[in-house]
Amino acid sequence: MRHIISLLMENEAGALSRVAGLFSARGYNIESLTVAPTEDPTMSRMTIVTRGSDAVIEQINKQLNKLVDVVAVMDLSEGEHLERELMLVKIRAKGEDRDELKRMADIFRGRVIDVSSDTYTIELTGAGSKLDNFLEAIGRELILETVRTGASGIGRGDRILKL
Amino acid sequence: MELTGAEIIIRCLQEEQVEYAFGYPGGAVLFIYDELFKQDKVKHVLVRHEQAAVHAADGYARSSDKVGVAIVTSGPGLTNAVTGIATAYMDSIPMVIISGQVPTYAIGEDAFQEVDAVGITRPCVKHNFLVKDPKDIASTIKKAFYLARTGRPGPVLVDIPKDVSNQKAEFEYPASVSIRSYNPPGKADSTQIRHAAQMLLEAKRPMIYAGGGVVQGDASLQLIELVRLLGAPCTNTLMGLGGFPASDNQFVGMLGMHGTYEANMAMQNCDVLLAVGARFDDRVIGNVAHFAEVPRKIIHIDIDPSSIAKRVKVDLPIVADLKLALNELLDVLKSSKQKPDAAELASWWKQVNEWRVKGGGMRYKNSTEVIKPQYVIETLHKITGGDAFITSDVGQHQMWAAQYYKFNKPRRWINSGGLGTMGFGLPAAMGVQLINPGETVACVTGEGSIQMNIQELSTCKQFRLPIKVLALNNRYLGMVRQWQEFFHGNRYSESYMDALPDFVKLAEAYGHVGMRIDNPADVEPAIKEAFARKDDLVFMDFRTDSTENVFPMVPGGKGLSEVILAEDL
Ligand SMILES: Cc1cc2nc3c(=O)[nH]c(=O)nc-3n(C[C@H](O)[C@H](O)[C@H](O)COP(=O)(O)OP(=O)(O)OC[C@H]3O[C@@H](n4cnc5c(N)ncnc54)[C@H](O)[C@@H]3O)c2cc1C
Ligand SMILES: Cc1ncc(C[n+]2csc(CCOP(=O)(O)OP(=O)(O)O)c2C)c(N)n1
Ligand SMILES: [Mg+2]
Repeated sequence: MRHIISLLMENEAGALSRVAGLFSARGYNIESLTVAPTEDPTMSRMTIVTRGSDAVIEQINKQLNKLVDVVAVMDLSEGEHLERELMLVKIRAKGEDRDELKRMADIFRGRVIDVSSDTYTIELTGAGSKLDNFLEAIGRELILETVRTGASGIGRGDRILKL
Repeated sequence: MELTGAEIIIRCLQEEQVEYAFGYPGGAVLFIYDELFKQDKVKHVLVRHEQAAVHAADGYARSSDKVGVAIVTSGPGLTNAVTGIATAYMDSIPMVIISGQVPTYAIGEDAFQEVDAVGITRPCVKHNFLVKDPKDIASTIKKAFYLARTGRPGPVLVDIPKDVSNQKAEFEYPASVSIRSYNPPGKADSTQIRHAAQMLLEAKRPMIYAGGGVVQGDASLQLIELVRLLGAPCTNTLMGLGGFPASDNQFVGMLGMHGTYEANMAMQNCDVLLAVGARFDDRVIGNVAHFAEVPRKIIHIDIDPSSIAKRVKVDLPIVADLKLALNELLDVLKSSKQKPDAAELASWWKQVNEWRVKGGGMRYKNSTEVIKPQYVIETLHKITGGDAFITSDVGQHQMWAAQYYKFNKPRRWINSGGLGTMGFGLPAAMGVQLINPGETVACVTGEGSIQMNIQELSTCKQFRLPIKVLALNNRYLGMVRQWQEFFHGNRYSESYMDALPDFVKLAEAYGHVGMRIDNPADVEPAIKEAFARKDDLVFMDFRTDSTENVFPMVPGGKGLSEVILAEDL
């Protein structure tokens, strides 16, 4: 099953490699991983998307909690949560395609953030599946470059991960 | 007061009451060694290889309740130490390793003797630190000792660049420490404890499976009281030996791959299993699916949540410090009106005793022609009154020591279980002997293992460590040979060791006493003589039967009841 796990960790050199090292050493799968400092500069927030059986996910949570630099762990997929991913995609946009592509970006609530004579760069956020759908709609032949951040997740309502 | 980084390090070790540090100097730790020289509170033991420094610190920790300390230089000093660190990590041993690093300004430039110590050791330490500022040294070392000894113990590395050990900072050793992201468990949840008590009282076929956590967590007395109160059989893992007295009638021996038939059968067939400070290792329960075929309720008490439900499903997980949890459990049981069901227990014991008979205990056929390794261990037990500190290396001799030396006290059996590190025994014995002066310390080893750290005979001479080395010399990497015999069609690929040294002369060359024993009749007199030499290290080279195998044996991947007994072959 796919799980999205959120963690707060000390914003220290090497903390990221402890998490990444844990996943590779124990053979856990990482679909995506995002990390950045929080409003409290001593802490970073990380979102990891992983897959595994219930037993594996339980071990992942326990092993993450065991890392001394990890302050708190929450398996967001255990309850209601939101997830968003940011994608930047550069597409070939020439001639009469340009209008059609612009419209497509609008439908997906994307924004064109850079334009050249034969390209558009579009910014799009949403659940991973929405980004996938957008890429499919555009078609491989027009896509020049894609950059995706991986999912960031947050609990709904009162589900808060804080120290 | 302003002190240099190196002075601060030594002051910290003094504050932590470190009596001995084991190490080896080099460029990156010169300032630290200079400060060691200027004081005499922390005594330094100069080993002959950094791996041995870490194993010695490890033996020191296992045989006391102290944190072991090792000091190594950067680069090769650190990489040599890694095997020792991984050994301590796998067996959850509290230890602080201080490593020198190249100066901060040279880090990342492939400087002379630079390795990424924090990166290399990350997967085999509980935690590690790189200290970049002398003002952080004291608080970091304080944290390192705290992390090493609390919760599930483990090794912690502190990497200190050379310039940091020479710069000055204000020194004040923190009185206390708290790490917001680290909160080791303490007491157990009282509802869970009551639940556990109920399950145990209602059990028809209760079984207690106790591991290294009992020894590390100093919970042996609580375990003994609990086992007596419940009237249940008790088994120990290799790491737990001595945690419950082997001479007690309720002890069914070690379980697992080379455990007794009765322990494994009771483990497989009990209806309520209480696991304490043990981690359901693959060498213990064998095939997980086979183990799970029989329904039984499992209560698991461990300080590390990740040890629980890692390999087997658990019905009642209890995360707590074992000593506290067992005390709580004892209180509940003692105040309960309900008592264990005597009739059910009697029929359970009838069954267990039948297995005891069928398994035949630990048995072997002695010989008057050739020395049987088991006989050497039995004799060692007899001559030392079962009370010595026994370290071992890895292989068949390790299993025979575990099976035939009946340990009655915790912290007496010192071996590498999780990593299975050949070369552990002799250096570990050095640490044991130093922290237990005047006590009898013996190292049971093989002719293969001993050669992996034999250089430490020199350290033993320098520090006058009267260790008794018993080499069960079968001319084979015996444990490998056994597997080749059983599972690889008798093809003894590279397991025969030719051109062995003359161990008697070798011992003498290092300034010790050497003995060679070829005949069974000479075993007892030799051991007597060796142990009578209180001040000497005696190296005993026993020429043992090279074809002897370790039984019982549950082959890898098989279930606990699919055991090969000695008589089966
Ligand atoms: C050649 C060879 C053969 C082997 N054969 C066998 C065999 O036949 N049988 C066998 O048993 N082993 C055998 N082993 C050893 C095996 O590999 C494991 O090392 C061993 O079984 C693990 O022991 P343990 O489960 O007691 O765990 P340990 O590694 O000792 O772990 C201790 C557990 O206790 C917990 N703990 C620590 N402190 C506390 C505390 N204060 N409170 C609560 N919990 C605490 C820890 O979190 C951990 O889960 C063999 C090893 C070798 C090298
Ligand atoms: C460092 C290391 N290398 C290899 C092994 C694999 N191994 C396990 S037991 C063994 C044989 C040990 O031989 P010896 O010390 O003579 O003991 P014996 O089994 O003969 O009693 C080997 C090679 C190991 N455990 N450790
Ligand atoms: Mg051998």
